[in-house]
Amino acid sequence: MIDPPYPLFYTFNFYLFGVIALASSLAFVTRKSPIAAALWLVNTMFALAALYVMLDAHFIAAIQVLVYAGAIMVVFLFVIMLLNLGHPSEVADVRGKWGKAAAAVLGVILLAQIAVMSGSRVRPEWILPRGEMDRLLAEKGAIGVVADPLFTNYLLAFELTSVLLLIAIVGAVTLGRRSDVAAEATTGESVSAG
Amino acid sequence: MTKFDLSIPSQLTAALAPDIFLMAGAMVLLLWAAWGRESVARQRAVGVASMVLCVLVAAVVGYFMWLDATVGPGPIAMDGFRWTADLILLLATFATIALSMDYNEREGITAAESHVLLLLATSGMMVLVSARDLIIVFLGVEIMSVAVYILAGLNRRSDRAAEGALKYFLLGAFSTCFLLYGIALVYGATGSTNLTEIGERVVGNGAGNPMLLIGMALLVVGFGFKVAAVPFHMWAPDVYEGAPTPVTAYMAAAVKAASFASFLRVWMEAFPDVFVQWHYAIWWVAAITMVVGNLVALAQKNIKRMLAYSSIAHAGYLLVAILARGNLGSSAFLFYLFAYTLATFGAFAVVVVLSDRGDRYLKIEDYAGLWTVRPWLAGSMAVFMLALLGFPIFGGIGFFAKWYMLQAALDSITPLTNLAVLLVLTSVISAGYYLHVVLVMFMKPVSRAESEPQLAGRLTQWVIAAAAVLILVFGIFPDPVVRLARSSVIVPIGR
Repeated sequence: MIDPPYPLFYTFNFYLFGVIALASSLAFVTRKSPIAAALWLVNTMFALAALYVMLDAHFIAAIQVLVYAGAIMVVFLFVIMLLNLGHPSEVADVRGKWGKAAAAVLGVILLAQIAVMSGSRVRPEWILPRGEMDRLLAEKGAIGVVADPLFTNYLLAFELTSVLLLIAIVGAVTLGRRSDVAAEATTGESVSAG
Repeated sequence: MTKFDLSIPSQLTAALAPDIFLMAGAMVLLLWAAWGRESVARQRAVGVASMVLCVLVAAVVGYFMWLDATVGPGPIAMDGFRWTADLILLLATFATIALSMDYNEREGITAAESHVLLLLATSGMMVLVSARDLIIVFLGVEIMSVAVYILAGLNRRSDRAAEGALKYFLLGAFSTCFLLYGIALVYGATGSTNLTEIGERVVGNGAGNPMLLIGMALLVVGFGFKVAAVPFHMWAPDVYEGAPTPVTAYMAAAVKAASFASFLRVWMEAFPDVFVQWHYAIWWVAAITMVVGNLVALAQKNIKRMLAYSSIAHAGYLLVAILARGNLGSSAFLFYLFAYTLATFGAFAVVVVLSDRGDRYLKIEDYAGLWTVRPWLAGSMAVFMLALLGFPIFGGIGFFAKWYMLQAALDSITPLTNLAVLLVLTSVISAGYYLHVVLVMFMKPVSRAESEPQLAGRLTQWVIAAAAVLILVFGIFPDPVVRLARSSVIVPIGR
């Protein structure tokens, strides 16, 4: 971890990736074509991964690229193309005038919140001491630093997440399954799960 | 008295035994449901097995209640509040499964997974009411919500269900962002996600810290969406109208109950010492929710939308319990929740019966003259309406629920006199729509095309009868419920 005062290169990179992340996410919500929007989101994910690296969260950064920018976004694009939503006109009408106005108001409120919060300081005793992160990384490696608390302190949360994912899978199968034969079911006939 | 040390994994597992038992049972049933061909018979068989599982889990909860165990610091709480809330949730799930077995058969929904999803949603709720860590709160909310999003869209041949489910999913995801952002900011301000630790640390660092205040405000927004408090209620009427009616009942009773229970625990364990900071915000949310919910309900023609706004109004009454603080508040809360759950399930069960296949009869006018055709059904519906209104004697336990809520408001450390007056006034307004239903049923001539509504399924009849009898019996002898609610308090660590 680099402690203040930050070297010029570090500061430069922070602003570079910060601006890329902000610009890409703005482009993501303003593009009319779903494909373009999804690709801008990939860009945002990459910029965020770079910021994670600067926070010494190397493993999280790698996972961010592999899982979010890689796997999840590829599936997004698959779905968009499979459903043939690639044409801007089909989805453009979803965002009405009032929706945009509400989003703008909400955005301003959230920005104001950030401005207000910039004044608050975190108590020094809750911040890792200087050099502690380097020591941990040297001792456990980039993965161990994440894995250790994940399988001890946060084991319960980890297990509950697996239940959550199971429900999502069951739901996807239940909703996505063809059940056009269900009309016959009212007469009591057994129907195939097809 | 047994004490569980949550830093030891085996004891943490033991402390979560009812929740884990429910999850494991639901997964076994899921395999069974998915194993063979989809049919009405299998849907019913899985439904019966799910109801048995609910009873077994309730027995485990009862055992823990008897054990009267306490816990050391950790992510899970073990107190009377958790067990009683669990029992109310299991009661709601039991009734939902009973209703949906008949409903699914009538509407041609053969997916046996619907019952399993209900059980999994309930397991998320049980985790939620026990959670003493904001991460676990978040996961509990998500497990519950994701399962209910799917349940809301289960009837795939109805456009309205699809619209409602999509709206619920999008707004639910949106509200989860607020919850998560709030959790992150509270973590930033206190350095912990554990409610006990947050409670200790807000004192020194809390008062003026904008990060903590904004974090709390975002948590109010997140929970406000889940419990459908005004102004975060706009999803509720559409979703309640579109979802299959048993699922609507489940959303109005169980989802609201679990979110509220967690709301109450977070506020009573983490933020009691910064009361001044959140008091006015929640006071206003409660007041606006009561007024808007009741006034808009007056204008509704559709019975499901009317009940949706009524449930919004009840969210306002329940918010009073959070403001009342202390054991008084949580006891009144659980008592109210029990009465509300019974009345809600009864009312929605009657709606299931009268709506007929394809949900054709959902207008309040369709209830005209019900007294002459189906006197028992009309009588039970009258009891449920009066219970929701809080009418003495005929409203049974509903009257005592309002009574204890008022008592909690007036006897709290900072008396909430204005809010109590508002509660009474808005309850009077609510008579306008509750009594309207009774009036239409008893005084108006039959108006619907087919004068005879279909016969209710056996299980639906049982749900209606049991709810009506319990409301009336506990209305005369409320002592056992009062005693249970009194002993079921939130026990924070080290206070």
